[in-house]
Amino acid sequence: MSQKSLQDAFVAFDHVQKSYDGEILVVKDLNLQISKGEFVTMLGPSGSGKTTCLMMLAGFEVATHGDILLKGQPINNTPPHKRGIGMVFQNYALFPHMTVGENLSFPLEVRKIGKSEREEKVRLVLDMVQMGDFAYRRPAQLSGGQQQRIALARALVFDAELVLMDEPLGALDKQLRERMQYEIKHLHEQLGITVVYVTHDQSEALTMSDRVAVFDDGVIQQLAKPDDLYERPENAFVAQFIGENNKLEGIIRAQEGDNVIVDLDGGMTARALAVNCGAVGDRTMLSVRPERVALTGDGSNSTDALVQELIYLGDHIRCRMTVSGHNDFIVKVPNASGHKHLVVGENTKVSWQTEDCRALDA
Amino acid sequence: MVPPVHFTERVTMTDSTDAGPVLAADGTPLKKKLAQALFVSRARAFGLVLPLLAFILVSFIIPILSLMVQGVKNDTYSANMPASTEIMKGWDGISEPTEKMFAALVLDLIKAREEKSIGRVATRVNREVSGTRSMFTKAARKAGKLEAPFMAAMLNIDEDWGNIEVWGAMKVSSQTYSAAFYAAAVDADYNADGSFERLDEKDRIYVYLFIKTLLVSLAVTLACLALGYPVAWLLASLPMRTSNLLMILVLLPFWTSLLVRTTAWIAMLQSHGVLNNVFVWLGITTDETRFSLIYNMTGTIIAMTHILLPFMILPLYSVMKGISPAYLRAAKSLGATNWTAFWRVYFPATIPGIGAGGLLVFILAIGYYITPALVGGQDGQLISNFIAYHMQKSLNWSLAAALGGILLVIVLAIYWLYDKVVGIDNMKMG
Ligand SMILES: Nc1ncnc2c1ncn2[C@@H]1O[C@H](COP(=O)(O)OP(=O)(O)OP(=O)(O)O)[C@@H](O)[C@H]1O
Ligand SMILES: [Mg+2]
Repeated sequence: MSQKSLQDAFVAFDHVQKSYDGEILVVKDLNLQISKGEFVTMLGPSGSGKTTCLMMLAGFEVATHGDILLKGQPINNTPPHKRGIGMVFQNYALFPHMTVGENLSFPLEVRKIGKSEREEKVRLVLDMVQMGDFAYRRPAQLSGGQQQRIALARALVFDAELVLMDEPLGALDKQLRERMQYEIKHLHEQLGITVVYVTHDQSEALTMSDRVAVFDDGVIQQLAKPDDLYERPENAFVAQFIGENNKLEGIIRAQEGDNVIVDLDGGMTARALAVNCGAVGDRTMLSVRPERVALTGDGSNSTDALVQELIYLGDHIRCRMTVSGHNDFIVKVPNASGHKHLVVGENTKVSWQTEDCRALDA
Repeated sequence: MVPPVHFTERVTMTDSTDAGPVLAADGTPLKKKLAQALFVSRARAFGLVLPLLAFILVSFIIPILSLMVQGVKNDTYSANMPASTEIMKGWDGISEPTEKMFAALVLDLIKAREEKSIGRVATRVNREVSGTRSMFTKAARKAGKLEAPFMAAMLNIDEDWGNIEVWGAMKVSSQTYSAAFYAAAVDADYNADGSFERLDEKDRIYVYLFIKTLLVSLAVTLACLALGYPVAWLLASLPMRTSNLLMILVLLPFWTSLLVRTTAWIAMLQSHGVLNNVFVWLGITTDETRFSLIYNMTGTIIAMTHILLPFMILPLYSVMKGISPAYLRAAKSLGATNWTAFWRVYFPATIPGIGAGGLLVFILAIGYYITPALVGGQDGQLISNFIAYHMQKSLNWSLAAALGGILLVIVLAIYWLYDKVVGIDNMKMG
């Protein structure tokens, strides 16, 4: 990572490592640069170190090694209250003995802002989250979604440029979650703030973010835009973790330019895009998205399939098949007019384009 | 079309309204059946708490009630001196005693001497006006030989019999139910004419003692809070293993006899005790000017603070344990310094624990007896020591009861005040 780009980035993690017990590295060599105004999501399975990263950025945990920079300045030795970073906690952490208004004016009071200005700001931010009438309520008198809005408002009221959110919507039901996703995204665009967001819900990550960092085992597996992440996963973990994936394992027989010819374990020979695979003779994992599989015999890769199970889902039909020895091969058949009707036990042909099939690490 | 199910429903409903009450399967009315079933389960539940209820009744409620009665009731005089009690009822307490009253007194004195109750009667009157005890015993010895007119005869024995104060004391004593003991418990005199009068400055003891007891309790509570708060915080924030060890240390005093702990303080604090030796060794004081840390108020406060400390720490700990660390983090992320975060966010959340611990320690301290008795010396005695004194030494049970009654009222008042200010449902014990 060049020193220049570290200085330019709004937030930068530079070779950051973290260990709680001196034995296990919870975060291993994290490098991440976030530009001003960006919405970056950390996505990953439980225990992958997302919260730890956020806590290091907020200043509640110390990096064992490496630097964290904010606006080009290392902040490792800055205490949390001087970092000026807004934070939304998973359980909101609204102060229960204060009213909503007092909660919101707390960050302004500790910044010694005058009373009239405080009131004005609180009123504005309450209107912004559409909670104008709730200033005199206690947090306990609010619903989960309302508490969430207030927590958000409290992180925004002191004009923080960087806001961290650790699974802020985890406790809400699906419908409310979707509405809040939209509202948070909206506020992000409207205020031009930089957001670092943590979630383990991939659809949330894909819909909200400018870029998503997929975490596993303390390492960023891929950092990319949502569409790249889904369509162009760089390794087997990301392909499996994001969306639904058909994997076919085999040995590389030959390499032809961008493509590799792979002998699958089930006997079939397939052609795939060489993305992250080894040399000839190495094992690889091919990844094909279910919606990119066609029920025709033509196309660059075509093989026999046995229909095992059909699930009717309205707009499409999920079809589980045996392909090349794998009996969890999924095909999504769109419920378009005149689509092919399959029956369980039927033998059929499936095919896909070479560019939709990615050869990844085994 | 109405489905047949609805039909049957309608039929049963009409049945229940028109043809009397709903019946259970065996033909008894449902309401009665339900009441029977509930009665059995209630009776069983009651049976389970009955032993405890009986125990509380016998060991707590009845003693307290009888204490309250003792404070206002004393029939020593009225039971043993019936004639003068009767005639005294008509006396206004101001006018000169009449021949009739003297006659009744002599009659009573003879009877009391025969029944050997004259000593108790004399003691009773003596509590109202001291120095009258010997007048009664002397007069009772001679009463059998006295002849009318009794007034002159009595005055002949002791001319103080003409003193209106003595008769006032007798009138007060003769009242089975009187405010005399409560008056005495607040350093006032209850007069024969029903008026109250504060004692002279030099004779007042109990009001000062009550105030002193309250102040000492307050001091002990504050000391417990100051010492216990950080410990409770440590307990709540340290990792499990360390905090368990610390918890054992906090609870250790509970497993040691109160007496042992108090005597340990004597060994610790006496003028040639551990602490003073250390002070001398450190040069903080010299051998001649050792601090007097025990057998005075200092000793009482130190020992009581130590003994009551766990009662402060435990409720605080249980409250602090429930405070999510996210609150402090939130406060800091919002820009609060460590101190502001503590004071504005953490401390208010611990108030229920402070309230519970404070109330517990304060109320325990108000009635504390054994520690002040052992380490308090002269000026470290509290109101409970005087209650014990009147129970055991002076045998003035009615005064002891009145003092105890006032203490009870003070405790209830504090409890009420606490409920008004903090709210009792805000209290968390654990
Ligand atoms: N205070 C701590 N002390 C010791 N180990 C910790 C501590 N906090 C987290 N860990 C460990 O660090 C690892 C990463 O934890 P972290 O909380 O960052 O995961 P996460 O990605 O946020 O997971 P989740 O999605 O479940 O919130 C876990 O293995 C966890 O056990
Ligand atoms: Mg987490």
